[in-house]
Amino acid sequence: MYPMPVDKWKPWNRRLYKLSLPLALVIWLLPMIAVLVTSLRSTEELMEGNYWGWPRDLSLWANYHEALTASPMLHYFWNSVLITVPSVIGSIALAAMAGFALSTYKFKGNTFLFATFVACNFVPVQILMIPVRNMSLDFGVFNTVQGLVLFHVAFQTGFCTLFLRNFIKQLPFELIEAARIEGAGEWTIFTKVILPLIRPALAALGILVFTFVWNDYFWALCLTQGDSAAPITVGVAGLKGQWTTAWNLVSAGSILAALPSVLMFFLMQKHFVAGLTFGATKG
Amino acid sequence: MHTSTLDAGGAKLQAPRRPVRWWAAPAFKRHRAAALFLAPACLLVGLYVVYPILYTIYLSFFEWDGLAQKTFVGLANYLELFHTDTFFTALKNNFLWLVLFLLAPPAGLAVALYLNQQVRGIRLVKSLFFAPFVLSGVVVGLIFSWFYDPTFGLLALILGHGVPVLGDPRYVTYGIIFAALWPQTAYCMILFLTGLTSINSEQVEAARMEGAKGWKMLIHVILPQLRPSTFMAVVVTIIGALRSFDLISVMSGGGPFESSTVLAYYSYDQAIKYYRQGYSAAVAVVLFAMMLVYIVYHLKRMLRTEQ
Repeated sequence: MYPMPVDKWKPWNRRLYKLSLPLALVIWLLPMIAVLVTSLRSTEELMEGNYWGWPRDLSLWANYHEALTASPMLHYFWNSVLITVPSVIGSIALAAMAGFALSTYKFKGNTFLFATFVACNFVPVQILMIPVRNMSLDFGVFNTVQGLVLFHVAFQTGFCTLFLRNFIKQLPFELIEAARIEGAGEWTIFTKVILPLIRPALAALGILVFTFVWNDYFWALCLTQGDSAAPITVGVAGLKGQWTTAWNLVSAGSILAALPSVLMFFLMQKHFVAGLTFGATKG
Repeated sequence: MHTSTLDAGGAKLQAPRRPVRWWAAPAFKRHRAAALFLAPACLLVGLYVVYPILYTIYLSFFEWDGLAQKTFVGLANYLELFHTDTFFTALKNNFLWLVLFLLAPPAGLAVALYLNQQVRGIRLVKSLFFAPFVLSGVVVGLIFSWFYDPTFGLLALILGHGVPVLGDPRYVTYGIIFAALWPQTAYCMILFLTGLTSINSEQVEAARMEGAKGWKMLIHVILPQLRPSTFMAVVVTIIGALRSFDLISVMSGGGPFESSTVLAYYSYDQAIKYYRQGYSAAVAVVLFAMMLVYIVYHLKRMLRTEQ
């Protein structure tokens, strides 16, 4: 173990370490705590200038109610759901097939294709901006949820393919050969042999892609106009200009925007970390 | 690949007469399967990623407002770049981002070392330390805009007087980078925490026997073993630095007086606000070229480890 486990420390240092943990945590999360507290504060208190004292009366209900009803927050939230869920399913489905093909079959151009998928991950998104925007206009999907879904599926497929290809490559190839000897077709091998085995990888990817797409702001700005298809990130960013003084509402909106990905993370922590650190233990 | 799929369709017509069904041979079936499995992903990635890259490069040689005819202008867009102050501001800021953002891996390592203990509740502490990473850039931007607010922000409270961090060209970029370091450090931390779990404890014990401790231990025994984590942390940090957009857009909108813009934001601004698509494309190509050095390096490394 490195560093030296606390059990082997001097008792005083051990106590000090344990005491320091909550303190460090509070400092680390201070910006977030401040937002949480303010989202519970009433407008009157904020007007009086009570920004950092303990809130006298909690107006949890009033603030969230107003943030939800006085602006189309729920509409944005729903748009985010409509964009994120199909994007996750679509990109993972496409990438599972592509990753399977790249890891299992030997053919000319395999490495080239794989390298292309990898390179797509590192591309600065601005170089895609103008053509993607114009294509969306041409296809009639500009300012629609479908337009955003199409793009997200395409863009996330690169990352997912890289991930799944490497994951499938680690599986014993004998499994596939055995299935072939049994007479299984390629599609059967994919659905009956590979898919059950890569389920943990799919879960990890699903949660990762969920947060990536949910938190996207750039593409929402480029491919939407006005409220009709805008996701919650755009909605919350818009709150800042609308209610410069109503920070309690802005923070209520922020909490709402952050909630799904934070919740997802805490519910599926193991998968999330496994996905994120895939490759961090071996070159 | 795609042609082989077509052949399969053509061959079907004359199928019954041939004694040896070559298209039913395993090798051919596998090629066809590979093509079919890959087709949807390739199609979509080709359309939405590969083609746009090529098109943007092409577009950077034109003057275009997005509506009227494109006019070929050769290298004029690039030449204009080098006569524009904002471009150099953006370039300088990109460099600042790159350098300061690289504080995230060491900071993340420090936090990881601090948290790599087994005490009660440590799992929850680790998760909470990691939580900033799952917040969207917009939320982080809002949180910090507010932290910096000169009249009621936390920073003003700590300093005792307000400093308009986001309204002052001297501080604005540093303020935004500081905000961005928060989630990025969390990300690096989790990479190092994972790396630390696979440290070879025998080596560590052996080094301890020989009296290694503190910095010496860290540099000579631990860091070499953490190399995969370090590599990944540096990779994601560099990419993150060059991609910085959300925070700038939310916190300062590139201002004041375009002092906090970076290439990514500048390119967006020129295309969406000023309808200068050719010029915006040229900015994006410069950014792409910077990243390309890196992409090529990364691919080479990856292909080397493949073999």
